[in-house]
Amino acid sequence: MKSHGITTLSIQEPLIFDQGSEKRCAFSLPDEGRFGPIEQSIPKHWIREEIEGFPEVSEPELVRHFTRLSTWNYGLDTGFYPLGSCTMKYNPKVNEEAACIPGLSGAHPYQPESISQGALRLLYDLERYLSEITGMDRCTLQPAAGAQGELCGMMLIRAHLERNGSGRRRVLIPDTSHGTNPASVAMCGFEAVPLKSGTKGIIETDAVRNLMDDDVAAIMVTNPNTLGLFEKNIAEIADVVHKQGGFVYCDGANLNALMGMVKVGDLGVDIVHMNLHKTFSTPHGGGGPGAGPVAVKETFAPFLPVPEVVKEKNGIFAFNDDLPLSIGKLKSFYGNFLVCVKAYSYIRAMGARGLRQATQTAVTNANYIRKRLEGHYHLPYDDHCMHECVFTDRLQKKRGVTTLDIAKSIIDRGFHPPTIYFPLVVEGALMIEPTETESREEIDRFVEAMIDIAEETEKNPQNIKDSPRKTKIGRVDEVTAARKPVLRWSPGTDE
Amino acid sequence: MRYIPNTAGDIESMLSIIGVRDPDDLFRSVPEEFVLKEDLVLPPALSEPDLLSHMREMGAENAHAGSYKCFLGGGAYNHFIPSAVARIVSRSEFYTAYTPYQPEVSQGTLQAMFEYQTLMCELLGMDVSNASLYCGASSSAEAVLMALRVKKGGTVVLSEAVSPEYRRVIRTYCRHGAASIVEAPFDESGATDVGRLEELVNGTTAAVLVQSPNFFGVVEDIERLSALVHEKKSLFVCSFTEPLAFGILRPPGDFDADICCGEGQSFGIPPGFGGPHLGILTAKENLVRNMPGRIVGRTKDEGGKDAYVLTLSAREQHIRREKAKSNVCTNQGLCALTATVYLEGLGKSGIRTLALANHEGAEYAKKKLLEADWVKLGFSGPTFNEFVLRLGHDPTEVVTRLLDKRMIAGIPLGKFYPGLGDCLLVTVTELVSKNDIDALADAFKELY
Repeated sequence: MKSHGITTLSIQEPLIFDQGSEKRCAFSLPDEGRFGPIEQSIPKHWIREEIEGFPEVSEPELVRHFTRLSTWNYGLDTGFYPLGSCTMKYNPKVNEEAACIPGLSGAHPYQPESISQGALRLLYDLERYLSEITGMDRCTLQPAAGAQGELCGMMLIRAHLERNGSGRRRVLIPDTSHGTNPASVAMCGFEAVPLKSGTKGIIETDAVRNLMDDDVAAIMVTNPNTLGLFEKNIAEIADVVHKQGGFVYCDGANLNALMGMVKVGDLGVDIVHMNLHKTFSTPHGGGGPGAGPVAVKETFAPFLPVPEVVKEKNGIFAFNDDLPLSIGKLKSFYGNFLVCVKAYSYIRAMGARGLRQATQTAVTNANYIRKRLEGHYHLPYDDHCMHECVFTDRLQKKRGVTTLDIAKSIIDRGFHPPTIYFPLVVEGALMIEPTETESREEIDRFVEAMIDIAEETEKNPQNIKDSPRKTKIGRVDEVTAARKPVLRWSPGTDE
Repeated sequence: MRYIPNTAGDIESMLSIIGVRDPDDLFRSVPEEFVLKEDLVLPPALSEPDLLSHMREMGAENAHAGSYKCFLGGGAYNHFIPSAVARIVSRSEFYTAYTPYQPEVSQGTLQAMFEYQTLMCELLGMDVSNASLYCGASSSAEAVLMALRVKKGGTVVLSEAVSPEYRRVIRTYCRHGAASIVEAPFDESGATDVGRLEELVNGTTAAVLVQSPNFFGVVEDIERLSALVHEKKSLFVCSFTEPLAFGILRPPGDFDADICCGEGQSFGIPPGFGGPHLGILTAKENLVRNMPGRIVGRTKDEGGKDAYVLTLSAREQHIRREKAKSNVCTNQGLCALTATVYLEGLGKSGIRTLALANHEGAEYAKKKLLEADWVKLGFSGPTFNEFVLRLGHDPTEVVTRLLDKRMIAGIPLGKFYPGLGDCLLVTVTELVSKNDIDALADAFKELY
């Protein structure tokens, strides 16, 4: 096998503010005076001077600046990106092209519905595809990200409860849930109640039964959970919660383990959010934009955000703003439409069988990694996993090597690190999610690199602790960054 | 399937190493009754050429600024997107990366975000910026929540001239907070009625939020509003939907705004039928630890080299989960990068020239469109690149009839403001030519 390490040219590139020269501009600008003499309506004392800190560069300088910056990034197209619970699957190029089609990228949100039928049809159909995949009745595409989807879901529950005269305030959140869950619950005025998972890493029905009372509005379950385990008691738990008047919210961030195999709606879930930038292949963009659609059972439909897209009798699509019980709007316009376009394009490319194949392959890849690294790293839960597997640094710690060191050492071997120190319930967690879009050879290279790190830990742990060495910068001083924050460049502060 | 490398043969040999026969064996933790026996009901898979044709057909059913003369704005704007911007942000090193949690392999994104934060501060005259939120409306809602945290509760006063999208989202986000929200009306100039606002602001007011240029395109007297709000010891929050205006207008930071927030779609991001856009949030330095969202800071690596890193993370969910300042995790990183490339390319003189071209076009249109005798100006206040017309006929009918001439004349305001049922919001960017404006003026004259 040919080696796949990193040996690359990395060019220093200062801030743009330290570059360029007066009167340069990278773009062509409208001709001045094209309307003849114009009397401006704005009072003189409201007109500003030139913006002191803005740079002045030409187009080639601009392009080179960002091209150089881009080479310091590790993207999914660069290599394996096994971030657990982030589902870094390949972003198909045709999706990007679809999102650049002028009638999609250039459509204005306030243009008349009669000349927006394609966009409305796409939203209408995508809502139905996502409902089918999750086994739910309705769906809103408005939330801009998973966390906003969670907020939306919690608001739907609160609106539903209030409509029925209930003031329930507590939400059960398992210790294997996503980090944003408690914050979303708090934003909705609910109180997050921690729920301990059992010794097998999943929630036990009795634990829920013991916490369940008239003040519990909902349980918020991530399924599969962040240990990569299917919550097999979910239906029984849902039954307990429902019998006492509560609801079941599912964080669907890990839907890549279920698509086409299991419908979360069948498990007793009332509301689920999805992350289109995880399961449905839209890119993460270095931190967004994503999209976090929320699918619900019929009983929540009246409370969904406005507007909804409806199909009228004559087959014409339209927005309907008239939902008196709606929780309102969560973001401008109708959601991250172009992200929805990419997810739609993905579903149409995959079809039902393709989605199922993706799920099965993702789960196979994860179990393959689990099996191959077993013995080299400590496995806190010894059972088949779903789409991701969790190891810890217990074996390496004896030699003073921690999860952080392992992660940094993986970088030197040409891979992005897994998710680390999460879930919190596992000490020193290394959470690995390969997805279905990695080849066996790439997975093998990763596995061998991980084994190499384990072996090097035994022989020369300092070598691991000194990594990364091949990156543009070494480990950074995060403490000073937070204590004495420098959050912007300022004119006149060049060193 | 073309996106999945491992073949049936690969899978088979991997399964044998795992020690199972069939992929379904890996799902044995799922109770049998929940494993689907049949395929999902979805349309059949499409090949790439068929998929692209299908997507193009969907696109062809929608208007866009290339197929219609478009006078729409109101929170989403048709500005020219230079090829360099589109090419740079389509580099997959940027768009296929995750949130930059691992700084050693994310310096490209992190330095670009540090530049973004600098540009936002410079543009708006503020001290600190986060690395983006979802959109102008949700950033305004987060700004209100931030003000409520700083003031430990209280009421919120919104100007009615703030974008209806923003006001609705603020109300949704505040549904379960303690705050009551009141709205201050606008006057005949189209600006916030300062007298009425003054009556509404009192000792319990945590924050006052106005927008400038406001939803009617009218430039507010920020100086006066800010002074009035600060006299009552409330926080002054200034929002915007068209940040290009600050290429020529003195920014809110010049007038002591505490928080300045809004939409950045104008900076190289396509209208995209409403998203993804760019939520901008900036503030005075003393409020930084109450800001939501990611923030990038400059530090050193262990070898003493300059390095950038996500910082002030004690504000975020992964430390004290339910005490977080916000639940924001994924933001609009790539849109923030787009705005960065766009603004750096425009630069000091370019943004001024472009802003002026927008303003002059709108001023020309404002005069020209009044040539039809049934058209009057809606408001008297100074405007940037959009303005309100009061029509002697139903604006929706006017817009509908002009679609035949492949023109989208503007946004009828009755849906948002029942009292402005005869009004049309008209926007002129640099993509609208003098000929386009003349053609719309002629079409107006021919209509009635």
